[in-house]
Amino acid sequence: MSEKIKEWPGVALKDADIKEKKVLFTEWRPNLKYAWDTGVGYGRYFEGLRNGRIVGTRCNKCHRVLLPARAFCEWCFRTVDEWVYLKDTGTVNTFSIAYTGTQAERLKEPRIPALIEIDGSNGVGIMHLLGEVDPKNVKNGMRVKAVWKPKEQRQGAITDIKYWKPFEEGTR
Amino acid sequence: MQSRVAIIGIGYTPFRVVTPDVSFKEMMFEAAFKAYEDAGICPRHDIDSFINCAEDFTEGRSIFDIHVPDNIGAVLRSIHTICHDGIVGLIGGYMLIQTGQFNIVAIESHSKLSNMLTQNYLTAHAMDPVFNKPLGQHPGYIAGMEMNRYLHETGTTKEHCALVSVKNKRNAIDNHLASYGDRITTEDVLNSETTFYPLSRLDASSPTDGGIVMVLASEEKARALSKKPVWIRGVGWCSDTPTLESRSWSEATYARIAAEMAYRMAGIKYPKKELDLAEIDDTFSYKELQHMEALKFCRKGEAGAMVEEGVTEREGELPINVSGGSLGVGWMSEATGLQRVLEIVLQLRGEAGKRQVPNAKVGLAQSWRGVPTTSGAVIILSSE
Repeated sequence: MSEKIKEWPGVALKDADIKEKKVLFTEWRPNLKYAWDTGVGYGRYFEGLRNGRIVGTRCNKCHRVLLPARAFCEWCFRTVDEWVYLKDTGTVNTFSIAYTGTQAERLKEPRIPALIEIDGSNGVGIMHLLGEVDPKNVKNGMRVKAVWKPKEQRQGAITDIKYWKPFEEGTR
Repeated sequence: MQSRVAIIGIGYTPFRVVTPDVSFKEMMFEAAFKAYEDAGICPRHDIDSFINCAEDFTEGRSIFDIHVPDNIGAVLRSIHTICHDGIVGLIGGYMLIQTGQFNIVAIESHSKLSNMLTQNYLTAHAMDPVFNKPLGQHPGYIAGMEMNRYLHETGTTKEHCALVSVKNKRNAIDNHLASYGDRITTEDVLNSETTFYPLSRLDASSPTDGGIVMVLASEEKARALSKKPVWIRGVGWCSDTPTLESRSWSEATYARIAAEMAYRMAGIKYPKKELDLAEIDDTFSYKELQHMEALKFCRKGEAGAMVEEGVTEREGELPINVSGGSLGVGWMSEATGLQRVLEIVLQLRGEAGKRQVPNAKVGLAQSWRGVPTTSGAVIILSSE
């Protein structure tokens, strides 16, 4: 409001006016469904997860292991040279402690997304979650190991690994 | 001062109704790799900029452009996505080179429509949410209404339209990339179920999958790299009003204006005489006729007779959709325009095999972005 304007013209719209459909109201729920082909690279990667294995590919030009396994190297722009089977252990490159859920709700028990550099992959990692760890104790550079779902529950999906937990060398 | 720009590389995957053997990433890689080999270049060093043509809702992820660079050799390079048909992408590349700042530009578009399970709902989602969506229905009725008005105003018949489906599906038999090649009769088309009166099932194209990549180069680079450069002589693009309430229902005005722009640039006065072949939008059979008139191959109302007389057959005076068009090859979403350009490039290079049009030197490709749009683009190519 100002010196000149004491009242705005028109009628303010309230939340209730929309809920009670007092204003022009239209509702539309998009029906969009997809079924993505995995192709060669991702297909074998998911098959590996179902079998409790982490499968990558190697490019012999840049000597990187590509994860998730893919059919071509994005740096060298050539087809990859071989499949590689990696350990399910690695090192936390970076992480966050998420106290907010997908609905923007407060989480009492935070989720800990992390990039885990898989052993033997020259620094290429897997995006996943950490578990069985107190958020206070999570550190960059921490050694972790995959906790797999029981075999009969695996579907060939990234969630076939439940989470990654801290581990010490020489233990299981 | 305008400089010349040429297509120096083409790459494509087989076009198939389903492609479970490849992810969209692997499909894009295959087309891109082949295009760069064809042009004799390394994408990691030689290409100055990349353009991808894709639509988020079709791909099923928002901000689709972030998922593009790795598949076409563009990681850590200059790249952008255009939410439009592939010919508009080619025009974008043409303009980049015209600035003098870029010598080689690659354009990619693909169709993974087999992975999009609810295409009709996606098209419906493009409609105006307040005025049109509440009326419901499959949006195919827009094509039915357009065909109805076109036939009404021009005296063109359903038989004329059926001839287009017969011709294009027959042409597709000789195209190993085509998914819908078939030998059918006008009776087959007329007797197929009415989907949206006056449109019948066989008047409409069906989707197919495939990836296409093209490499553009400045004149200097094109002459150095390519034995068979295909020159871009003219380009044009245009969109009519989006409103169903006030658009033209009988005439493809957007295509006429885009064509006038391209003809002016190419110095073409008599398209029917000066063009050796054309690949034009035939998403529906009547669209080929409507577009022939908009592209000034004949006067309004004459396209049906022109098809009947065999002028647009492969052996005719102006062959149209020798590839099989969308009715024969399949509709490829944003990649549809590039499929049409691909055929012109193969023909002008003399690499079209069994369906080669003798002495093809100048060709036109035209796209329409499909229901419910009024957007079109035209590109004129020449081997000289």
